[in-house]
Amino acid sequence: MAAGIKDKVAILGMGCSKFGERWDAGPEELMVEAYLEAMQDAGIEPTQLDAAWFSTHIDDIGTGKGGTPLSLALRLPNIAVTRVENFCASGSEALRGAVYAVASGAADIALAVGVEKLKDTGYGGLPVGNMGTLNPQWSPSGSAPGNFAQLASAYRAKHGVNKDDLKRAIAHVSVKSHANGAKNPKAHLRNEVTEAQVMGAPMIAEPLGLFDCCGVSDGAAAAIVTTPEIAKAMGKKDIVTVKAMQLSVSNGLESQHNSWDGSYFHTARIAAKKAYKEAGIDNPREQVSMMEVHDCFSITELVTMEDLFISPEGGAVKDVMDGFYDADGKVPCQIDGGLKCFGHPIGASGLRMAYEMYLQLQGRAGERQLANPKIGMTHNLGGAPSQNICSVTIVGAHGV
Amino acid sequence: MAQQMVGLTAFGGYIPRLRLQRKSITQANAWVAPNFLGKGKGERSMANWDEDSVTMAVEAARDLLGPDDDRSHVDALYFGSTTMPFKDRLNSGIIAAALTLEESVRAVDVASTQRAGTSALMQALSAAKAGEAKNALVLASDHRKTKAVTAQELDFGDGAAAVAVGTDNIIAAYLGGASLTIDFVDHFRGDTEEFDYNWEERWIRDEGFAKIVPKAIEAALEKSGASAGDIKHFILPCSFGTKFTQQLAKRSGIDPEAVRDTLAANCGETGAAHSLVMLVHTLQTEAKPGDKLMVLHFGGGCDALVFEVTDKLSSQASKRGIVGSLAERTEETNYMKFLTFNGLIEWERGMRAEQDKKTALTTLYRNEDMLMGLVGGRCTETGVVQFPRSRISVNPNKHTVDTQEPYKFAEKKAKILSWSADFLSFSMNPPNHYGMVVFEEGGRIMMDFTDVEAGTVESGMEVKLVFRIKEFDEKRGFRRYFWKAVPVVSSSAKSQTGQAAE
Repeated sequence: MAAGIKDKVAILGMGCSKFGERWDAGPEELMVEAYLEAMQDAGIEPTQLDAAWFSTHIDDIGTGKGGTPLSLALRLPNIAVTRVENFCASGSEALRGAVYAVASGAADIALAVGVEKLKDTGYGGLPVGNMGTLNPQWSPSGSAPGNFAQLASAYRAKHGVNKDDLKRAIAHVSVKSHANGAKNPKAHLRNEVTEAQVMGAPMIAEPLGLFDCCGVSDGAAAAIVTTPEIAKAMGKKDIVTVKAMQLSVSNGLESQHNSWDGSYFHTARIAAKKAYKEAGIDNPREQVSMMEVHDCFSITELVTMEDLFISPEGGAVKDVMDGFYDADGKVPCQIDGGLKCFGHPIGASGLRMAYEMYLQLQGRAGERQLANPKIGMTHNLGGAPSQNICSVTIVGAHGV
Repeated sequence: MAQQMVGLTAFGGYIPRLRLQRKSITQANAWVAPNFLGKGKGERSMANWDEDSVTMAVEAARDLLGPDDDRSHVDALYFGSTTMPFKDRLNSGIIAAALTLEESVRAVDVASTQRAGTSALMQALSAAKAGEAKNALVLASDHRKTKAVTAQELDFGDGAAAVAVGTDNIIAAYLGGASLTIDFVDHFRGDTEEFDYNWEERWIRDEGFAKIVPKAIEAALEKSGASAGDIKHFILPCSFGTKFTQQLAKRSGIDPEAVRDTLAANCGETGAAHSLVMLVHTLQTEAKPGDKLMVLHFGGGCDALVFEVTDKLSSQASKRGIVGSLAERTEETNYMKFLTFNGLIEWERGMRAEQDKKTALTTLYRNEDMLMGLVGGRCTETGVVQFPRSRISVNPNKHTVDTQEPYKFAEKKAKILSWSADFLSFSMNPPNHYGMVVFEEGGRIMMDFTDVEAGTVESGMEVKLVFRIKEFDEKRGFRRYFWKAVPVVSSSAKSQTGQAAE
């Protein structure tokens, strides 16, 4: 395995727009909102940017293709802009592009911006995407909740968990995220909910009810990265560096080979193992201080706790019910509200996760600040359990 | 040289699982049509939203053919229907593709008359007699569309039947038959019309059936050399009641007791399929070796065919046929659902249903055996099977290249690995059920479910695969087909239904 990028790249500044139903803003305004905050945080001029990576997933409802939407909106100084798209993991891809550019020495300072304007469709939930010409002729014309809900049936079958116990555990996942999101002024959903509310909500895709599904939001997030040396030279304190960035993409095994049992994410386990190795982490349950995972649905978060090797196999239900991942638990998860409550503007989500880890590590997370976190992890997933892209990123205080 | 004996060599049947209770129709319509209240008895078969004459014909044919992979023995396919989904695209060609028949098969659509099924059968018999077809498949199917609040919506049903025609292993030898062609317009459906236009019933009965059918009987008896008294089973689709048909038979010298059940009570009249539906039903119930039977179908004249049952009939004992199909039923009491499935209600499907369903015909053809025949791949080196087929094997232990041979999944045993009932995505019959289906002998497919009994689905449940409409492209009048999984509710699971639904 390659030596990796541990501590080669520092985060110079980050920004994130208010997420939510942003009837007031188009994708351009959202990008500008995140960008200006990040630029102010970094304390640099646009001319200091060497290159940019731009992520947006659904180009058919607003933002457009190519690198131009970003360059135009931000009036970038004619630098390279690369548009990346990897389903819901697109935001992490933009960050990875910028980080790799700096790590390689090709850029001193690079920008990553992710955006999604979802609320121009006229209906709730995610837009129905274009899947090419062959896929629609045989794949079920389902929905994201319908695909992710299947984890529940397979997880129950594998671990012998009864319907009610699993429903209650995933309800707790959402109750916890709502409690966290209520403290986040930029979050889409800021209401606390009870377990009874979650369990009694209308069914979206068996067994996922309304509160088991994340918000469908507009928003943008941005990161500016550089080398630790440049950051130091600029007088930056509490420098946060990238410890690992790994991405694993399905090759058809889950959807076509009978070795996968449907209850977990094959890619997440691979990406997590590689990321821990790159970051030098050998006991994640003890070493990871906090996480932002891809909680598109409550069941996704639950099984992900095992895929990231924080909970033992089959042990996530107990950990969740014990409050292990609550704000006051051992490894707080979705401290900013997660996709569930901060919201899920697809192209921005991976960057939004990194934003929270960055704020927490710098002690700037306000009311939701955790006590002295050292290592933060983000897990950003695109696709469906049977075919997906999984990104795992680890960040931490420089020198830790 | 004595002429080669030809006849029926096998049969199959398919009646859609849903049975609309006639009472639910007549009660819903009582405010406008109290005269139909008396007809509110029994049930009629009702196609699911994703069934049409082609998919039902495929199911009947699969019943006939059995689960064997090799279908190269079928050399001709005759498809009779007046409700074919395409006016210009060989409908029997769709069926042939779904059944993975050979390219060399002679496939013919026989249409435009209620006797399309019997005419298709006569063509197959002629081809067999002439030595041009050794194993012909005859399929008749109709998905009958009527306006709401009509006698027809109560009388009609949806269904399909299949018979094989050949020279070996004959279960019913063909003794002869006749066709009368008379332009007697009891009803018609113009080129641009969706529904039949019907003339007065009394005229159809007295001037049509009562005068034309006896002529066909006489001609068929003469051709077959059988005498009226020999006919043990008289098979005639007719909605004027058993008494009328018995009198009709009697006037031609046929024992009124030979008149066979029209299945009006539990199925309804399945159009061009119905004579063959009744024939298969008779072969499964009352027919005995040595019995002579006459099959008739009225429409633009009349077809009449005479057969003699042989002792090979028992070879078909394992077939589902019509008897088995009638037993596989789910009562439907929602008349609105029937109207909706048949496009008789303009309903709000939501913006999600606005997505363009255009089918790339190039892609369809390039992947034809995959999409139409559910054919995947099997690695000749490792034996690993997969769907879809690919140049590089999915086998994680050995990604062999260019080693795959076609592998048919449609008849293989499978069960549910994971599933969901989705209320968000558009479905004609929500919630939208789909999930990962794993095959006992290897391979898996994420696929739509259909004919689901809501509340009974669980991981580990067995499924059977069916060929269905995947989506309608209403903008262009196209429909695409694919395979779906039907969860098989075992009797033990059925008794736990209440528990599962909690």
